[in-house]
Order: sequence, then C-alpha cells, then structure tokens
Amino acid sequence: MNHPAIHINGVHKSFGALHALNGIDLTIEQGEFFALLGPNGAGKSTLINILAGLIAPTTGSISVMGFDVQKQYQQARQLLGVVPQELVFDPFFNVREMLRFQAGYFGLGRENDTWVDEVLEGLGLADKAHTNMRKLSGGMKRRALIAQALAHKPPVIVLDEPTAGVDVELRQMLWEFIKKLNCDGHTIILTTHYLEEAETLCSRVGMMKQGKIVALDTTANLLNKFSGKHLRLTLGDVSLPNDVERLVRHVENGIYTFALTDMIQIEFVLASLRASGIKVIDMQLNEADLEDVFLSLVGNENADYQLASQAL
Amino acid sequence: MKDLKVNGPLNSRSSWIGPWTLLKKELLRFWRVSFQTVAAPVITALLYLLIFSHVLDKHVQVYDGVAYTEFLIPGLIMMSVLQNAFANSSSSLIQSKVMGNIVFVLLTPLTHLQFFMAFLIAAIIRGLVVGLCIYLVAMWFVDLTVANPWMIVAFGLLGSALLGTFGIIAGIWADRFDQMAAFQNFIIMPLSFLSGVFYSIHSLPPFWQQVSHLNPFFYMIDGFRYGFFGKGDVSPLLSLLIVGASFVVLALITLKMLKSGYKLRS
Repeated sequence: MNHPAIHINGVHKSFGALHALNGIDLTIEQGEFFALLGPNGAGKSTLINILAGLIAPTTGSISVMGFDVQKQYQQARQLLGVVPQELVFDPFFNVREMLRFQAGYFGLGRENDTWVDEVLEGLGLADKAHTNMRKLSGGMKRRALIAQALAHKPPVIVLDEPTAGVDVELRQMLWEFIKKLNCDGHTIILTTHYLEEAETLCSRVGMMKQGKIVALDTTANLLNKFSGKHLRLTLGDVSLPNDVERLVRHVENGIYTFALTDMIQIEFVLASLRASGIKVIDMQLNEADLEDVFLSLVGNENADYQLASQAL
Repeated sequence: MKDLKVNGPLNSRSSWIGPWTLLKKELLRFWRVSFQTVAAPVITALLYLLIFSHVLDKHVQVYDGVAYTEFLIPGLIMMSVLQNAFANSSSSLIQSKVMGNIVFVLLTPLTHLQFFMAFLIAAIIRGLVVGLCIYLVAMWFVDLTVANPWMIVAFGLLGSALLGTFGIIAGIWADRFDQMAAFQNFIIMPLSFLSGVFYSIHSLPPFWQQVSHLNPFFYMIDGFRYGFFGKGDVSPLLSLLIVGASFVVLALITLKMLKSGYKLRS
C-alpha cells in the first residue's frame, strides 16, 4: 500500500493558554513539492516540530509514510530529514565528520559515503569537507545544516526556512539540488518567507493562520482563484479620491499598488486620478502572485513577507 | 516521479551503528580537547598529592603500615574519576542544549536507552582514563600495593557510572551554564571533599561520622581504597551495595526523564 508521505490528522497543540495549533488536517502525497506558508506565529514551526518528534501534540496524530511519529518514531524518523530553522552546529567536528555521524545515527556506515559525497558536491561543500564547522561562514554553515538533514538520504525532506539570510548564489544552488532530489522521488516540504520561491518551486501550497490551515490547493489553482493584476503607480505624496483609494493594496514612498480584478479598472483609476489633478510619474502593470493570495487570506499586516518578497 | 530507493528499516547490525556512532562522537568530543579534559584534572590531582603529602606525610598515619601519601592516592584517583565522569556527560549535554546542536541527535531514531548508554559509557571511559593517568603518574612517587584488583575495577566502573548518570540528569535539567556550575560547586565538590579523600572518617567527631555515612561519595572512595589496602572504614560489600543501588535508582530516573523527553522534547 502506498501511504502518503505525511498524514496529519486533527492535530492540536496548546502551550498553557496559547493554542498554537487548532485542528490541523493535511495529507501530502509522496513525491510532492509542498509549501507551508504563514506569518510568524501561525504555527508552522510547531507543526514541523511535532512532525520531527521534537514536541508532542496535545491531541491528534501525524504519520510519515504510514508510521506514527509518536508510536513508531524509529521508523518515522528513519524516513524523515528535517532542516532546523536555527543555524546550529557542533564546533568540535568538521563537515565530513558531522555528516558521517549524522548518517551513523540512522544506522548507516561507510557504505553511505558515496551519498555523502553527492550531497557535499550538490551543496557546494566539497572543498569544505575537512573544515571545522565553527570556521565556516554563515552561508556555508547553512549548507552544512541542510547536508546533515540529507545525510541518511531520507525520502521525506522538511526544510524550515532554509534560505533565511542566505545569498542569491546559495539559494539558486540549493534549489537546483532540491529540485533534483524532488525529481528523484523525494518529497519536499518547505516553509519560507520568500513567496516567489514557493510559487516557483512548489506544486501545492498550504497557508496557515493562527494555528489553522486557511488555504490548501495547488499553486496554480490558488493563483487562478485570486487572479488579477497589480497596477503600481508612482504618484508622490498625494491624497487619493475615495473611489480609487479602496483599490489600494500597498503604499510605500509615494508608490501606490492597486489590486485590480479587471483590465477596465486601469482606465477607471487613471481617469479618476486625472480628474483629481494627480500626475502619474511612473506606471507598472504586474500579474497577481502568491503574495497577493497570501495577503488576501492571511491579511496584509505581515510586513515580513512583503519585505522578503521585495528583497528577491 | 521516479521510484525512490529508500534505506531499509534498522536491522540488527544497523541498529547498533546508531548508538555506537553517538558513543564515538562523545569520545572524540572529549579527546579533541584532552588537554582540558584529561591533562588538566591529572595536574590538579598531582598538585593535591604533592602539597598534602609534603605537609602531612610525616604527621598523619591513617592505617597501620600505610604512609599518608599511599593512603591519599586512591582517594585522589577516585575523586578525579567521579568528577570527570560527571563533567563529561553534564558538559556535553549542556553545551549541546545551549548551542542547539542537541537537535541533531533528537531527530534520529535513537531510543532513550541507546542515548543513555552512549553518554554513560563515554562518561565512564573519560573518568577511567583520567584515573588511570593519575595512577600511572603517581607510581613515580609511591609504590602502591593492590590487595583486591576486582574491588578497584568494580568501584571504578560503578562510581564513574553513577556520576556519569548524575551528569546526564544535571545536563538535562540545567538550562544555563550557571545552573550547571551550581551542580559542580554545591553538590559535586562538597560531597567529594567531605567523603574521606584526605582523611579517614574515624578521625571525625561522632556526629560528622554519621553525616559522612549519608554521603554516597564516601562509599565509593572507601570501597575503591579497600581494593588497594584491603582495609576500609566500612565493609566493601556494603559500599558496593549502596553504590550499586544508587546507580540503579539514578539510571531509572534518567531513563524516565529521557523517555518522557523532559526538557529535551518540550
């Protein structure tokens, strides 16, 4: 029987009075490239920590390829590789030693060295294999952290904010390698603040808010549901007419972003501005993206996501 | 999607590789800094030996026919074994917790028993390596007799196991380095200094003799010393029983803590 890669059934988690997770039900099939999105405090990391066996759910269950993460934790963890969000490392050892140790914890000996070499190569760590972990730069430490999660060749890989604070080169190298792993059959679950990454890479997206999943669909379907265009006008410091102001999605440094559902609205906005004597300095028209979907569902108070997306 | 070749479930061979790897990592961890973890405690013990033997050797005789320096050496060896077994497991755990790299072990299929055994054996080995080094260096000063080698082995193993286990408890419980220092300064040091390393408890007033009998370090050091001289303050079998029972109790507490994920899996 072909079990789903991840099956989450009615998971609740409370920390005292705080309800971090409020009944999560989610199934991720084998071979998927899945994005789990949500603002800070939505419960993504709590869910991943329960999946990894680092915390126990208050109620509910999670299984990895049919193995319960609590009751059959050995089998479940054997199939799972988790890249933690925090940049942690062991200062006593070099990169290759750490990877050998990590594979060894999963019962793999020297026969796994070929795979370790492949991971080192794929993540651009081959020339740092004998460098002590504490001597690596931040970006290299991040690569080593990812390599450690992959050391036992897990079929299900969870990447919790793997590209937070890393440069463009590493991001591209990492995604090329992860895409290859996905093509080879590994299931990838990704949480990221970079919504363009999720949109480009993931075939399905789950969005979380306040411990619940508020959207779950293929990336294409989500974009279709929230189809529309973005009109970015550079207007300077002006006071907009009321009928136009209701379409404003975002304002920054005199640049107004209008969310439009129909092309006809472009003419309406421009005419209204002209009638009010407001001069358009610059104009740009963009397709709606995952950020629009995210902001529509989760609310636009999450500046982190906007900033991260703009930084790309 | 390609059909992914997955590493098979743990079999009898691979299930041993996991705990063996953790043990190997723990051994390498202290060996990489052996100047601090082995050489330093050996030097400290030798300084105690030089100073106390120089001051007291001509003035104090605890057992008939046994010079004070000879009396002192087994106590110093055992004290160092105990302190270093505790230091090994406790410092490894608190460092891993504070730095966050404990997660690399927590994400693996290792059972709580395998985790315990790896940390325990590493602590025993470090304790015994330090003890052996002190013994070998002390041989330059005094020709120690050995009355009962099995008692030396039994108390060396059980004592280091007991303190290694206590170190695991301390490492799990403590969240900060100052909490760990409190364990060292307010529990380990007083108990080891007041355990009869430097004196026989028969030289104490009756009240403090009774208090000393409540100190498990006393039984470990007295039993270990019995292995060298064939005499001690209490029966070595009683000491063995108390140390063995203490180890079993602490080991059960530790296993329960690890199984429940106390302070490790919140």
